[in-house]
Amino acid sequence: MALQTILQHLVNGISLGSLYALLAIGYTMVYGILRLINFAHGDIFMLGTYIAFYSMTAFFLPWWISFLIAIIVTCIFGIVLERAAYRPLRDSPRISVMISAIGASFLIENLAIVVFGGRPKAFPIPTIFSKILNIGGVSIVSVSIFIPIITAIALFILNYLVNNTKIGMAMRAVSKDYEAARLMGINVNNIISFTFGTGSILAAIGGVMWGLKYPQLIPLMGLMPGLKCFIAAVVGGIGNIRGAVLGGFILGLGEILIVAFSPTLSGYRDAFAFVLLIVILLVKPSGLLGQNTTEKV
Amino acid sequence: MSKKTKLTLISIIACIGILFILNSTLGSYQLRILNLCGIYVILALSLNLINGFVGLFSLGHAGFMAIGAYTSALLTMPPEAKEMNFFLKPIVPWLANVQLSFPIALFMAGVLAAGAGVLIGAPVLRLKDDYLAIATLGFSEIIRVIFTNTQSITNGALGIKGLPYIGIFNKASEAIWWTWGVAIITIIFMALLINGSYGRAFKAIREDEIAAEAMGINLFKHKLMAFVIGSFFAGIGGALLGHLMGTIDPLMFRFLLTFNIVLIVVLGGIGSITGSVISAVIVTIAMEALRVLDGDMQIGSYIIKGIPGTRMVVFSALLMIVIIFYQRGIMGTNEFTWDWILKRQKKISEPLNKEKVS
Repeated sequence: MALQTILQHLVNGISLGSLYALLAIGYTMVYGILRLINFAHGDIFMLGTYIAFYSMTAFFLPWWISFLIAIIVTCIFGIVLERAAYRPLRDSPRISVMISAIGASFLIENLAIVVFGGRPKAFPIPTIFSKILNIGGVSIVSVSIFIPIITAIALFILNYLVNNTKIGMAMRAVSKDYEAARLMGINVNNIISFTFGTGSILAAIGGVMWGLKYPQLIPLMGLMPGLKCFIAAVVGGIGNIRGAVLGGFILGLGEILIVAFSPTLSGYRDAFAFVLLIVILLVKPSGLLGQNTTEKV
Repeated sequence: MSKKTKLTLISIIACIGILFILNSTLGSYQLRILNLCGIYVILALSLNLINGFVGLFSLGHAGFMAIGAYTSALLTMPPEAKEMNFFLKPIVPWLANVQLSFPIALFMAGVLAAGAGVLIGAPVLRLKDDYLAIATLGFSEIIRVIFTNTQSITNGALGIKGLPYIGIFNKASEAIWWTWGVAIITIIFMALLINGSYGRAFKAIREDEIAAEAMGINLFKHKLMAFVIGSFFAGIGGALLGHLMGTIDPLMFRFLLTFNIVLIVVLGGIGSITGSVISAVIVTIAMEALRVLDGDMQIGSYIIKGIPGTRMVVFSALLMIVIIFYQRGIMGTNEFTWDWILKRQKKISEPLNKEKVS
């Protein structure tokens, strides 16, 4: 295989990995605080893409305004989802909350089928993102360069937010110990809303960029990436933001490279994530960067 | 024979009588729904055993159903039909000429699904709660991906068409005895299992794993046992579903199918056999009845354009409402028992007697 081809696959893998990383962070933050798999996170991602699509095609807004609107509306939606589906069950057994999450996911998907229609739609790509660049014999679509850069900026801001601000400190406190944080005078409900909002913003950024890279929209498009990104979060160590990024990149690069190096396995591409999950759970259940916890009676 | 056994026998005979009457009076569409009800009873009970009684949240049911459906389909189809299906790539020789009778194939479907249950359960059951859910979901997706890619065994994404009817005589009217027969056997089996010592161990594990282990219950053995029994019945349910539909393909066994069964179990009450049976019948009938929503509706002179998919919106909303506001479902963890009926009867007749005295 020529060096150019390998580089091309690497670029593809890195941009897919960045998208996975953005989504995985949403899962890992929510899990860190609520111990809940937010099954609907993949559908929030889908909504972000659709909102950007409609503000560009139905309201004829310029692309950057559309993307901003998508991010804001998705953020609001994420907060509303938490209030409606998860907050009433704060003190219920974990299985109930998870069923509620699955129900919310299916409700959003089915509503999307009814409202948006089940037929696939083509995401309009602004020319700035569809230029073909030629760097040292490797031809790359410009969006593949934009994705890692935007992801890096988003991650930098998130890192600052979590580690250097007061609200970030509160988030870390709630995720360490829910009850103790509440006793210290932290408004836990606000922090949870804030977490869902942040996660949804990242999902919307990921969704819009997903639309630019894979411009086919269907209401169920969030299902598979959602599951895979949860797996990425588990692989990296759930509750750990750096772990989620690492897991996202492992998954994205792995998927692309497996198909690149052995095309006979291309049919099994979707199974890669699940095999990786089961291997990780059996070998190191706390994930690559996670901490071991022991259950006490 | 005790009074309760007598009552059970009488009610089973009554059930058979009702089924006989329904079988000879209902049209083919209604009979199909009735069959579907029976199959969903089997599936809901098998999932309820794992989720409701042992408290293992498994989302891998569709995978076991797929194994059951494909096994039974490949074992019962005549060689010519197989040749017609596998036109892109011929079927592997060791499967090409196999043709077994329906009951054996059905049993094999359950056994293979149970085997997969052992293979999957042994490593995965060490996990808890949501990890277990996502791992079992992952396994069912892997099974689906494998079935899509093994063209020479499962015919890949094309699926298999023209499955024989349920039953030995290849007649449509026979189906109901198999679906509801298996359903009744499943109900009795589950009731015996849950009320026996194993059932108590299962419930103990559900309530508190650590306490159960301290009481000397072998956690792994009991969890694996429930998981394997559940997958056995899931395989049989899947096989029946495949034969009833007549065609199977890997897309049929997506997460959506598992979701339907989770919906039934939650609505019926997690951890109640009676609830699962009632809600399986209600949900299956409602799913058909609400097809109206997907089509056009005419109210007076107005025509409301139906949007395909509205039906599923109703069901997902229903699931959310039940889980948020009424977590018990229809039955909670209560069961229908003869004791309960007899007590109720006494309660109803007692006040009447008192009134007479006064």
